[in-house]
Parts: sequence; structure tokens; C-alpha cells
Amino acid sequence: MRTVAERTLVERIWAEHVIEGAGEELIFIDMHLIHEITSPQAFEGLRESGRPVRRPDLTVATADHDVPTSSRQVPLADEIGRRQLMLQIRNCREFGIELHPMNSLGQGIVHVIGPHMGLTLPGMTIVCGDSHTATHGAFGAVAFGIGTSQVEHVLATQTLRMAKPKSMLVRLTGTISPQATAKDVALAVIRAIGTDGGTGHLIEFQGPVIDAMSMEGRMTLCNMAIEAGARSGLIAPDETTFAYLQGRERVPAGADWERAKAEWATYRSAPDAVFDTVVELDLDGLGPQVTWGTNPGQTIDIDGAVPDPSTITDPGARDAATRALDYMGLRPGQRIADIPIRTVFIGSCTNGRLEDLRAAADVVKGRAVAEGITALVVPGSEQIKRQAEAEGLDAVFTAAGFQWRNPGCSMCIAMNGDVVEPGTHAASTSNRNFEGRQGPGARTHLVSPRVAAATAISGRLTAAAVD
Amino acid sequence: MDKIETITGTAVPLDASDVDTDQIIPAVWMKRVERTGFQDGLFQKWRRDPGFVLNQPEREGATILVAGPNFGCGSSREHAPWALRDYGFKAIIAPSFADIFRNNLPNIGLVPVTLDPSSCRRVLDAVTKDASAPVTVDLLARTVTCAAAGVVDVPFEIEEGARYRLTNGKDLIDLALDLDEQIRRHEERRPFWMPRTNGQVESPFELSGVEQ
Repeated sequence: MRTVAERTLVERIWAEHVIEGAGEELIFIDMHLIHEITSPQAFEGLRESGRPVRRPDLTVATADHDVPTSSRQVPLADEIGRRQLMLQIRNCREFGIELHPMNSLGQGIVHVIGPHMGLTLPGMTIVCGDSHTATHGAFGAVAFGIGTSQVEHVLATQTLRMAKPKSMLVRLTGTISPQATAKDVALAVIRAIGTDGGTGHLIEFQGPVIDAMSMEGRMTLCNMAIEAGARSGLIAPDETTFAYLQGRERVPAGADWERAKAEWATYRSAPDAVFDTVVELDLDGLGPQVTWGTNPGQTIDIDGAVPDPSTITDPGARDAATRALDYMGLRPGQRIADIPIRTVFIGSCTNGRLEDLRAAADVVKGRAVAEGITALVVPGSEQIKRQAEAEGLDAVFTAAGFQWRNPGCSMCIAMNGDVVEPGTHAASTSNRNFEGRQGPGARTHLVSPRVAAATAISGRLTAAAVD
Repeated sequence: MDKIETITGTAVPLDASDVDTDQIIPAVWMKRVERTGFQDGLFQKWRRDPGFVLNQPEREGATILVAGPNFGCGSSREHAPWALRDYGFKAIIAPSFADIFRNNLPNIGLVPVTLDPSSCRRVLDAVTKDASAPVTVDLLARTVTCAAAGVVDVPFEIEEGARYRLTNGKDLIDLALDLDEQIRRHEERRPFWMPRTNGQVESPFELSGVEQ
């Protein structure tokens, strides 16, 4: 057992949430986020066992995975999706849960609306039936994805039985290039430690790269901690965090704000904290990154070339690379810049926030989407969509030939009809390049919003010039 | 939930690393609101290949899947364990699992068996050669045996909490509800700044020219 002087931020938050007298493994959950596709069976379980929701006042729901991003005329043409969305409304009414359904002002991707409403605060425990719950760790919260049985458990008890994750420190030093973004940092970290480098751990990100990163960027980075195999990622709150939180709808105001801020400022790992695993990465001069394969660790510099599997020494990684090149239709040594792109997707819980849309619009302004490219922008929430429209970003995108869509998960998970055509390559700001993730046969290249925007203009994977 | 002490059966080898949840079951299956009936979604794309291991007639009735490292990486979808269960699997043996996937398995009565890489490789090779080779997972002794692989009573890793629940058939929610008093005490001392939600279903906004 570690002393308080050796305690990491994760260990402190964990200790504050352990139910006393129940053993170390039962923790209280401060906020439970719900979306339409991993919750129906959990509500059904409650109904069958006659159990109520213990804390509907610590639960919030929205519809994001299934919702169409083009026409939202109801009833929806997608009969199965419609049934799921209607069932969510019924479940939330029956159990008294706050819901932001399709076509409401609060609707959006669950990991975008939570922080936006001020429901994500330092020191909290947050869960959702969705692996990208890691996003909320950017505020210094312990936030992770759970399965549907666990969703039912949290609904019924507001607790979760879970072994405490190990603590991992990822310290990022140096100054990244002006062309690089938090997305490139995330891809560089996964490239360095591998898709299972964080298994069993919760990663705390520290260092000059983090200090200089915006709140939106920190959400992007923590969001992808899961792609490094970690339970989640988190970043201790600082002035950047407080500036983002102040004045948000559900955040304490006035004297309570000052009191809360003083408490939150203490949420950091002790100076002598002992981490189970420590990784230090020098990212000085890091440029834009792009995935070439079928997992997010298969990443290369955008001015690089597709690697040759025969040069990979680890047999597992070599086999994986060979399979990936076969699926992606690429050959060793092929320049990344020569890969022809047909679809560009800007959006998702990774890169669908206002800062991302602004960065992409900056690159697009006054230019036009290349011939033969389908390019779409899907804002992360209805609020972000309206803010972007107030700034005129929608006009920048549509004038260039982008489609300006309604908010949702869209082409990141391709459940709502937004798919990449089989056998074609997409530049996508989402988080997974797994086989078939963006539709059967889709060939995904994960990139930052800046690279996605520049790629839409040139038709090839391209880094955006810095003005 | 039924108590599970030992599982003996034939096995299906899946010799690949980083098999992600989108391969185990594609996202379109998550539109379903039922809790069973996911077996046809299991490895849906790979099963279109007649040579895929699951399509070999001699693999019919197998209850154990032997996989590569980092099995189940990606999403938290319990639909992936549901598909494996509905197909008939009872235990998954691998050198390592992704965390969320591994945690999801015992909640529906499936056993995650983390076996050292060298034993795992031997079992994988043996069951690849001989589809009738039996494999035994003993949860009480916490060992794996596959005589054809020369693997006899080799210890495996599983979280003690998961092992206890599987061998005793305990319902986790019942266990937590018994601690109502302790949970209540925790609720009473939560910090003042913790946010609350409002319990309301938000009304839709006016869509111009669209009937709601």
C-alpha cells in the first residue's frame, strides 16, 4: 500500500470512491452517460428484475450512434434504428432519466455534450457503455468504458465492481511542430507504446506538450488512450481546465466556483508519486501522423512511406502488417502522399469539437474540394453545429464543396448509413482504422482535422501548410 | 447464473493478434435491442470465406476459442461476448486480452483464460492439427490441460473476483444491493460541487417544414 505522499491522481480518485466496508473493488460512480445502442438490454434487465434506477439524477442520455446526419425527417426510414431510438425515449421516460434525443438542442455525441454541459469535472468517476469514455479524463476525472451488464449494474446500484487499474505515467516533452495537433500526439503515443502498451493501466499524461495543449486537444488525446489498450487516460486539472469550465451550465458559480476550484486544484499526483509504469517520449518537432494499416499503432509520418513487413522482427507484428497491407491494398515502400483518397470525414468524439472545425475551416478557406472526393463535416453536437454556423464555418465548408451534416457518430462507426465505399481510401479524423470499421471494405487512414482538410483539397494525404 | 467449475471441449484456433471487436461482431448488429441471437454476427466477415476455421465441419460443437495476444481490443460492446456465447463458446484462451473485453466475459458466464504465451502457442498448434483434441479449463484449480499439446495442469491467470463469481454463480447486482447501507453512507459525504442531471426528456426543436 502506498502512502499519501506516493499517491498518483488515479489512486487518490479511486480511494475517494471506494465504498467502505465493501472491499477495494466496489466504487461509487458520479456520472453515468447513456447512449442508445449499449443500454436497451440493461433497461430490459431492470424491468425483468423489478429494480429501479438508483440515481437517475446522476444519469444522462443522448442519441448519437444511430442517428442519421442528413435528413432528420421523422419517422426515420431506417426501421431498426428507429425502433432503438424510440425505445431509448421510452426507457428514459419510464426511469426518469435526462435525455437529449435526436432533433433537440442538447443532442450530440455523448462524449462531446457531457463536457460541454459542465457534467465532467475534476475528481469524478464517470462511466458509459462506450470505450471512448476515456475522453472525460482530460478534466482529471477517472472515466472509462463498460459493457452492458455493467451499465445495468450502475443503473441499479450507482456502483461498479472493478479492480483498480495500475497507474502509468506518459510524460511528453519537447515542442511539437506548428503543423501537428493533439491528434498527431495521440497517434505518436500509440505508435510508440503499441495498441496494448497501456493494458491494465490508466494513463496519466504529463509534460510540456500537455501544459501547452488546449482543453479540446486534451480531450482528443485522452479519447485515444483506449487505442493504446489503456482503461483510460487522464490529465490533472490546471488553469486551462478551469478556464474551460467557468461559466458552463452545470458548473458551480460565484463563491461555490471559487471553493470548488480550490479543491480541484489539489487533484494532482503527489510529487513523489510512484507509477507502476513510466514512459517518457520526446516529441520535439513531431509532424503530422497518419495510419497506414488496420490498427492505430500502424502509424507513420505523413511524409513517410508504407513500411516493409519483412523488416519487422516481431513475428506477430510482421503478420499483422502483412494482413494490413493486403486489406489496405498498399505495397511496401509506397509513399503515403501517393495514396488516392476518395472520402474525407471530419467529426467524431475524437475530433468533432469547435476547435477541430475551426482548424479544418482555416485550411479550407477559399479553396475547393478536389474532383471526385466526397467530403463531409459532422459536428459533434447540435450546440457545436450552431456555434460553428454563427462563426460562418458552415459557409466556408459548403463553399469549398464539403457537406455540412447534423451531429452524431456518423462515419466513425458507420451504423447510420454514412459509410466509406468498399475498397476505397478515406482520410478520417475518427479513432479506429479497424477492418470494416467505416463500412465493409473501407480503407481508413486516421489523421488530424488539418490533414483531413488539406487532403480534401489535394485529393492525396497532405499536410496543411502553416500560414 | 450457473456455477462453472470445469469446462472440457474441443477448440477453435484463431491464430491472429489484435483481433478487434469490429471483427468479432460488426457494429450493425448493435442496432438490435435483444439480448440473444447474436451468433450469426460472430466473425461475420471472415465467415464468408469458406476456408475460415469456423466453417470447418469438424469444428462444430467446439466450446473453447484459442486466440492470439490482445484479443478483443477496441470497443466496449458486450455484443462481442454475446456473439461468442450465443455461438456456443464457454471459454476463451489467449496470451492477453484487452481490458474491457476481458472484464465483460465473466459478467455473462464466459471464462477469460490468460495463459502464458508459450503454452498458448502449443495449445493453438495442437488444436489446429487435431480438431478433436480436448482442452480442459479447470477454474477451481486454475489450470489448463491439453494433452495433445503436452500442456498438463498449466496455471492460468484470472482475476480472483471473476473466478469467485463464476465458480459460485453469484449475481453482481445482488451482491452490491446487499451493501445499500454502505452505499448510502458514501452518498451522504459526496462533495458539494458534484453535478446533477434533471430527469427530463428534452423536447425537439422546430424543424422547418418537417412533420415531427
